[in-house]
Amino acid sequence: MKVLIFSLFIAFSFPIFAQDGGREIPSVDVKDLFGNNFNTGDIDNEGKPIIISFWATWCSPCKRELNNIAEEYVDWQEETGVKIIAVSIDDARNMQKVKPYVDGQAWDYQVLLDPNGDFKRLMNVNNVPHTFLVDGNNQIVWQHNSYSEGDEYELYDLVKKLSSGEKIDSH
Amino acid sequence: MAAFLCSQFLFLKAQENNKLPGEIHGNFEMTTQFYSVDTIIGAPIVPEKVLMNGFLNLIYTKDKFTAGLRYEAYQNVLQGFDPGYAGSGIPFRYGTYSGDLLEITAGNFYEQFGSGLIFRSYEERGLGVDNAMEGMRVKAKVRPGIYLKGMIGRQRLFFAQSNGIVRGIDGEFNLNEAFEGLAEKKTKVILGSSFVSKYQADDNVTYNLPENVAAAGGRLNLIRGNFSIFSEYVYKANDPSADNNFIYKPGQAFFISTSYSTRGFGLNLSAKHIDNMSFRSDRNENINNLLISYLPALTKQHTYNLAATLYPYATQPTGEVGFQADLTYKLKKGTWYGGKYGTSVLVNYAAANGLDTTSVDDLNTTRQAYKTNILSTGDIVFFRDFNIEVTRKLSKEFKLKASYFNFIFNNDVMKLAGKPGTFYVDIAVIDLLYKFNKTHSLRTEFQNMWTKQDQGNWATFVAEYSLAPHWFFSFMDQYNYGNPVESKRLHYPIFSSGYNTGGTRIMASYGRQRAGIFCVGGVCRTVPASNGVTLSITSSF
Repeated sequence: MKVLIFSLFIAFSFPIFAQDGGREIPSVDVKDLFGNNFNTGDIDNEGKPIIISFWATWCSPCKRELNNIAEEYVDWQEETGVKIIAVSIDDARNMQKVKPYVDGQAWDYQVLLDPNGDFKRLMNVNNVPHTFLVDGNNQIVWQHNSYSEGDEYELYDLVKKLSSGEKIDSH
Repeated sequence: MAAFLCSQFLFLKAQENNKLPGEIHGNFEMTTQFYSVDTIIGAPIVPEKVLMNGFLNLIYTKDKFTAGLRYEAYQNVLQGFDPGYAGSGIPFRYGTYSGDLLEITAGNFYEQFGSGLIFRSYEERGLGVDNAMEGMRVKAKVRPGIYLKGMIGRQRLFFAQSNGIVRGIDGEFNLNEAFEGLAEKKTKVILGSSFVSKYQADDNVTYNLPENVAAAGGRLNLIRGNFSIFSEYVYKANDPSADNNFIYKPGQAFFISTSYSTRGFGLNLSAKHIDNMSFRSDRNENINNLLISYLPALTKQHTYNLAATLYPYATQPTGEVGFQADLTYKLKKGTWYGGKYGTSVLVNYAAANGLDTTSVDDLNTTRQAYKTNILSTGDIVFFRDFNIEVTRKLSKEFKLKASYFNFIFNNDVMKLAGKPGTFYVDIAVIDLLYKFNKTHSLRTEFQNMWTKQDQGNWATFVAEYSLAPHWFFSFMDQYNYGNPVESKRLHYPIFSSGYNTGGTRIMASYGRQRAGIFCVGGVCRTVPASNGVTLSITSSF
């Protein structure tokens, strides 16, 4: 029975795979650093690109990525108007340490808290770091899992393309 | 089933309207390990030779509807995971409608009330933890600033459900959102309250057990400028279980965390008191199965191999008192102490002790077993952890991170390592990153652990070469050079390589893996030693 349901689900879903361009940012309630509810459907940057990066205080490559980008962020913003949203998946164990860490590292990102992985699941994130690029129409057009030193240059090249109105290949 | 019906309905409806039929997305993971025989390191013999864990998630969205399912396969389950994960199936499927007032979910869902102290249903795939609910959930936004949630169902236990039913309600009241006059005030206040109860038939011949067990809690989040406090208290009625040796004492948990932060400085102080708070939807279950409450460890989650996987702290749900201080500080750039690029300093201290208890001799009458004072700390040291990490960019090419850790680990309480007693451990790590150019870099780790107890001294060497944005190659060797038994002074070399593109990651490794303890949150999984090839693919689309 289960197999039947599964195969039917796949079969019925198939026509839906034909999607051109990006995908909408799914809508779910997360928290901001002040404890307020924030709906991810409200993520917006007035027609300019957005980077959504999933991270955690216990994830070294995530912190390397966001700290490396932090050094360039002022230039990136000036040149392209890009906005970075850092979504922490820290649960109750470390959630209270996110704001002190973010302020301590002097990050200027918008930071959201997703302590039970609701946004993470809807974005199909397996593990962190996982970075998404969103175009001016709020469509997710690119993603990358993991971080190696220098990955940010590829990301920024894509941001510049979006910013100048070029389309990019979605993966 | 609900998910399927939902998607089918939507598909047909979409066809009628001849509109865009919505979107489908998902992710996929498959890890296959080929096990070789390696008796020297104590790797268990795997008769199947090859084991595999995998899953596929599919999520369909169309306007206000979402439906999803997850197929999971364990053929057979990898070493170190609970063998309860046997075979394959679709243990997770749901449909959700999100309206302006109500959000309704039928099928499986994950949920958390407050910080999770009273109720958390969640997944940690890497650890094999999944206590997803199966039932119904309703969320309501009655008016601005007031959020209500209600749910009922049974928790997942591998490919089946718990005997017990869990139901609960949670309300959150955001004062600044609720009252227009407070919207712009500097002080922000959020109050919350939860009630959770479980039902399980009395299946015990010796005792007359409560079939309904209730828990109630309240929480407060107060923020003023750079300062914030979060606090939560939960009380649980008497809940005799295998965990607490069937005593009738009520349980309680208290957590408080305060933070102060400005640009370049962050400080967090937290404390907790846990007393008889093991709360499961089946009183006879153990390990990480069917937990209703989430009681995370109040210690830093380490990432370096020797610091993370030999002596990590695990929460003691029957009783513990914990304290933690965590400091983040950025030394100014352009100063003699901060260097050209600035220097980041992280300092953390965590302590956990037993409860301060007085025994009560009533095991044949009221079965309370002991009395405890919420404001005092017991004498038995469970765990101490002092650690410091300094990161400094020395030049455009060169980055240095130096760390030191000092642990006191009471294995008589934790029972995670091989030998009894209390272990005193020092660890030093030097982490060097060299960038050859924009895309080529080499990172090396030199780790050493000193201890006179358990397995003695260890050293770890890591070299990781990456070619951004697609490739990485790494080599790691762990060497137990200080083992008191000479024949156990072994090397554990392992090679790994991976390729990333878009949302896909393919990884292969070959070599020896040391027995260790892998933890996320307060939950740990012990993994036996192994030798062989591992292939894994993860993909998100």
